[in-house]
Amino acid sequence: MKITRKQVEHVALLARLKLGEDEIATFTGQMDAILAYADKLNELDTDGIVPTAHAVPMENAFRPDEVSPSIGVENALENAPEKADGFFKVPKVIE
Amino acid sequence: MELFDLTIHELHEKLKKKEVSSVEATESCLARIEATDERVNAFISVTAGEALQAAATADQRIARGDIDLLTGIPLALKDIFLTKGVKTTCASKILANFIPPYDATSWLKLKERGAVLLGKLNQDEFAMGSSCESSAFGVTRNPWAFDRIPGGSSGGSAAAVAARQATATLGTDTGGSIRQPASHCGCVGLKPTYGRVSRYGVIAYASSLDQVGPMTRDVTDAAILLGAIAGHDPLDSTSVDCPVPDYRKSLLPELKGMKIGLPAEYFIEGLDADVKQAMDAAIATCRALGAEFVEVSLPHTDYAVATYYLLATAEASSNLARYDGVRFGHRTKESGGLLEMYMKSRAEGFGTEVKRRIMLGTYALSSGYYEAYYLKAQKVRTLIMQDFLKAFNAVDLLLTPVAPTPAFKIGEKTADPLQMYLSDIFTIPVNLAGTCAISVPAGMSKSGLPIGLQLVARPFGEETLIRAAYAFEQATGWHKLKAEL
Repeated sequence: MKITRKQVEHVALLARLKLGEDEIATFTGQMDAILAYADKLNELDTDGIVPTAHAVPMENAFRPDEVSPSIGVENALENAPEKADGFFKVPKVIE
Repeated sequence: MELFDLTIHELHEKLKKKEVSSVEATESCLARIEATDERVNAFISVTAGEALQAAATADQRIARGDIDLLTGIPLALKDIFLTKGVKTTCASKILANFIPPYDATSWLKLKERGAVLLGKLNQDEFAMGSSCESSAFGVTRNPWAFDRIPGGSSGGSAAAVAARQATATLGTDTGGSIRQPASHCGCVGLKPTYGRVSRYGVIAYASSLDQVGPMTRDVTDAAILLGAIAGHDPLDSTSVDCPVPDYRKSLLPELKGMKIGLPAEYFIEGLDADVKQAMDAAIATCRALGAEFVEVSLPHTDYAVATYYLLATAEASSNLARYDGVRFGHRTKESGGLLEMYMKSRAEGFGTEVKRRIMLGTYALSSGYYEAYYLKAQKVRTLIMQDFLKAFNAVDLLLTPVAPTPAFKIGEKTADPLQMYLSDIFTIPVNLAGTCAISVPAGMSKSGLPIGLQLVARPFGEETLIRAAYAFEQATGWHKLKAEL
């Protein structure tokens, strides 16, 4: 086994996903199979190969730091599940 | 011939001569959607009122003589493109009620030229899938055979073109999501070079791979739409600042002097017999048009799917962290603290395939596994890119099948994600290499399903793609076949 149920539970917490019992069981088996397949990459010697993060060779893209119009508070809050006084509202964080 | 049957360039001629109005063309498409979409389910939302209004405005422009190739043309977009004031779901429950406050640059460019938006098209949820079956709004059916998938993830975009519900559509392609559905539905799908088209306002899946492109009835329309959406965008720092040629100048009916490579690794045992036959016929056609063929090798092809599923899921796990129930999207109704709110909102909002990919990607990036999986995959990606660069030292184009089989049956691969992933084996390497490719109709299977041909060119070689695809299309006429609905 490449991956255990316990690892799946840990990864679900990292990913902020509350998974059901059946989902944990299914994902454990499926992730195991997919990762076993991914192991075929170890057939290749990649020592000294530079990793590719981006298909087009590109340095940092800078632009002048100028003030320009943005969408504004009202538009930004339009889709908020909960809002109050011009802010996004979340459950209480500090006890 | 109905107005909904026309291509962009055919409709444009009629609009220019004032033989028809944009309102008439739009009404024709809306009626077609009404008559067929209960069976096809290509649309998540139809914006009939707004479309007719936009068409009336386009007609006023045309009356003033202010007409462009896209003025008054009824189009539809994959529901991954943000459309100001028009619901955009990405086929996910988590965005079921999301109304974007701005437009994607690619759509804005079309809108400013007077194009009309008919509605938003179905897809796999967050573009994760090869069959449209992961949509939260039901599967789209292939207009050629209703028991078959249309392909994915841009399945709605392909089906709407094949069902002649929209003149043309836009899709996105991360591992084949434009080319594979285009192939399965018998339309043209072009995946431009990474950086050729702005992704601003396109909901992100895997940012080092995602690209926007046209899905059309013929190559001429693909050239027109690509020309309209390509170019640098200050709002997308990954868009490349190089001139946009007039792609229509590449619409030439011959292939003299063109050297085309056949990658040995793509003509494998297990390739469907009808697909093999279509490829052999395509090679003969291109040879008759003046092309020369040589065998080439892309030795790391067999590693592409594994590389892709590590990189794409890792990037997805990061990109989809934004759906947290705070600023937009679904929030759980259950009570609890902040962490619980995040975990429940995401669990309720995301479908199974999205969760699976977030899990896989989070694992590949997590402490202790990063080097073994993510970094290793990035290094293999370099080897895959080098394969393509070497091949393009010897040839102008590569010719391959788009998919190993024609469209499979709905439900056939849903239980086995790995089998589903392997159906993208011929399209994924192109995204990893960051280059451009086109899918063109190239035949029909014995059971009456479309088969697509993939042409791949070097980065920013879209003119070569269009030239070859056009010559092939004009010589064969496969694009003229219509699904009976």
